[in-house]
Amino acid sequence: MRIMAQTAMVMALDKCIGCHTCSVTCKQAWTNRAGTEYVWFNNVETRPGQGYPRRYEDQEKWRGGWELNRRGNLRLKSGGRLAKMFGIFASPVQPELKDYYEPWTYDYENLINAPAGDDFPVARPKSLITGKDTRISWSANWDDNLGGTAGSGHLDPIVEKVRRESEDKVRFEFEQTFMFYLPRICEHCLNPSCMASCPSGAIYKRAEDGIVLVDQDRCRGWRQCVTGCPYKKIYYNHKSGKAEKCTFCYPRVEVGIPTVCAETCVGRLRYIGIFLYDADRVTEAASVPDEQDLYEAQLDLMMDPHDPAVIEAARAEGIPEDWLDAARRSPVYKLAKEMRVALPLHPEYRTMPMVWYVPPLSPVVDLLKDQGHDGEDAENLFGAIESLRIPVEYLAELFTAGDTRLVTDVLRRLAAMRSYMRDITLGREADESIARAVGMTGAQVQEMYRLMAIAKYGERYVIPSAHVEDAHNLEELGCSLDVDGGPGMGQMGGFGEASGRPVPVAQETFMALQARQTADDPTGNTQLAGRVNLLNWDGHGTPEGLFPHRTAEDVGQVEEPPGPADGTTTRSGETA
Amino acid sequence: MDGAEVPVGIWDVLLWGVLPYIVLAFFIGGTVWRYRYDQFGWTTRSSQLYESRLLRWASPLFHFGILAVLVGHIVGLVIPRAWTDSLGVTEDMYHVMALGIGSIAGIGTLVGIVLLVYRRRTTGPVFMATTKNDKFMYVLLVGAILAGLAVTAISVFDHSVTDYRSTVSPWFRSIWILQPDVAAMAAASLGFKVHVLWAFALFAVWPFTRLVHAFTAPLHYLFRPYIVYRSRDSRRPGRGTVPVRRGWDPVGTPDRERTRTRR
Repeated sequence: MRIMAQTAMVMALDKCIGCHTCSVTCKQAWTNRAGTEYVWFNNVETRPGQGYPRRYEDQEKWRGGWELNRRGNLRLKSGGRLAKMFGIFASPVQPELKDYYEPWTYDYENLINAPAGDDFPVARPKSLITGKDTRISWSANWDDNLGGTAGSGHLDPIVEKVRRESEDKVRFEFEQTFMFYLPRICEHCLNPSCMASCPSGAIYKRAEDGIVLVDQDRCRGWRQCVTGCPYKKIYYNHKSGKAEKCTFCYPRVEVGIPTVCAETCVGRLRYIGIFLYDADRVTEAASVPDEQDLYEAQLDLMMDPHDPAVIEAARAEGIPEDWLDAARRSPVYKLAKEMRVALPLHPEYRTMPMVWYVPPLSPVVDLLKDQGHDGEDAENLFGAIESLRIPVEYLAELFTAGDTRLVTDVLRRLAAMRSYMRDITLGREADESIARAVGMTGAQVQEMYRLMAIAKYGERYVIPSAHVEDAHNLEELGCSLDVDGGPGMGQMGGFGEASGRPVPVAQETFMALQARQTADDPTGNTQLAGRVNLLNWDGHGTPEGLFPHRTAEDVGQVEEPPGPADGTTTRSGETA
Repeated sequence: MDGAEVPVGIWDVLLWGVLPYIVLAFFIGGTVWRYRYDQFGWTTRSSQLYESRLLRWASPLFHFGILAVLVGHIVGLVIPRAWTDSLGVTEDMYHVMALGIGSIAGIGTLVGIVLLVYRRRTTGPVFMATTKNDKFMYVLLVGAILAGLAVTAISVFDHSVTDYRSTVSPWFRSIWILQPDVAAMAAASLGFKVHVLWAFALFAVWPFTRLVHAFTAPLHYLFRPYIVYRSRDSRRPGRGTVPVRRGWDPVGTPDRERTRTRR
């Protein structure tokens, strides 16, 4: 037994309202740089839907993840080591930009500079890839809500599979009313296939907290990881020529604060904590023959942090006491293992993903309500879960490799919590039979309710910080100006953009924003030269290029333009 | 024509006696310097994200072709004639083989790179991502390939072309023992000289172009374990963004050091 700590996340999908705040804050923090315009480390998909990149779950096409070979051993679905080496000059199944989308900006200058005329000036969309006029046809979130599902829901690989299996096309009528949101980040897998695909060995799992990172110095741009990841959560930065991925906001997690996506989540549906897992048994667990056993195998790896033998073994591996304490208070361990309501996304990829999901009960409740039934009555709910095959089958394809029994169990537990707690809220006697029906006690149901409904910040995020004695080994320590050339240097080495030493991430955003605001040529389009991107403007002062340059005669005629002076605008952060 | 005495002039000494070492200095020194200074810029800068229909054929054609060409050059330049003679390989057998395999590889390489350059010019996003450095490199690379193919083609029809195995190869081997055989190279035909000079230019700029990715061909992938754990503690100094602290630096946190040394 070799105990290692793993930082993990649970998302309670019932609470996701699809507002995309997580995506936007993540993008603003991490991927607002040149070369990553199309990249969303965090994206929110409407299911049923194609996802981002489109149809990424169709592994017959994209060949991500692992499969078992004839002898029952794990092998990369896209081929072994030799096959990978031969495919290095042109990666055989790599998504192209059109599978994601072509990022764009708008030509706002035209709104200001267009000559007076009969027609309203428009801000034409400009491709951020070519700098030319473009037609917007798709984006990271195009099939959002029912508007997209009705049009493209049938392209969802899981809908295809469920339909093929049920051979009942009439049911799509119902599927159209069945919808939920699925926020996705990198899964920080225990058995990552991106890492196994990397010819350079640049992708690594941090021994301390299990976060999977790409060493930007060692990545050589062979882009096999993009193919290898079945969740398509590794992206190729086409400016720097390096792979990039969700970092689990390690600079934040190292000091004990949650990721940006979790911190800013409006629905408070994300939980962060650590697991103690047995690293020696990961390969064995990922190789179980039956795909539907993978969930149990993965759960078996998560060791009980209260077990003295586990604690002893963890100490022997040098895991500090505060980490063991955090493991005992870990909300993700409670939700995944003790309450068994959190399920891994696509366990059949055999990567042992470490972002878990509480499947949504809301499609069932909504349907009952729409039909005029009491949507919180235990009997109604239990009955509906059993009879509503399509949502359950769909959820099972997402979370349990098609095992509907597991999904049904989870939904029943959620339903029991709802109706048990309703009695208490309404001042009625608690009905213990509801709790017993799902194999729990009333106290357990109440604990689950507390964690899922009213848990405060400190209970949702139990993140032990990295250790002070390790401080100088942390990625981000030191004066933030303490890099080659200091502030304002941007990412410029001797070989143009993207060469030289990487800039520490915390200042990278600052510098990238500054570089973009002051760049001559944000999209390669000289028409936009010297302009300010309003999306990146913080509302303060009048940066160079915000207003057109005035000639001497303008100055004589016109008074000082009323630019937004400092202090006159209120920052939303101060009023909130 | 073997061993024909040709007067060795000052230019011969400069081009075949001095220039090789200057190029080597650039090639090796530049590579070491870039490896130390510019790990982040050391990448293939693949453009597959933009376009893969043409790349799928052109890129493997070029890369496998150039690898075969590399092997051909090593065989031709490094193995002395005496060795092949002792194996019983006749002059004709050798040349038929060299010409046969060499032309296939060379033409494959040429077709591949022509397609790649065509793709680079005509696919909007790929052209946008092409730097001046790339363009300069392509001129040198295509030029070297064309010069090499040309001299091979000419040698088939024009029998006054010298045999490279008695001119270029001895000179090439002599470079490495620091006794450049200038006379041997001076006796080579003009075609070889052009090819060699063009290759010199290519190798001199090699470390400063995207071609460096060839030096990090990931052969170790065949042997490394699939899953890589790395500890923050054991990270080698110089990796990541934390500056390396030299042994003679004063002890303290990096930010304090900075304030102390500044003014």
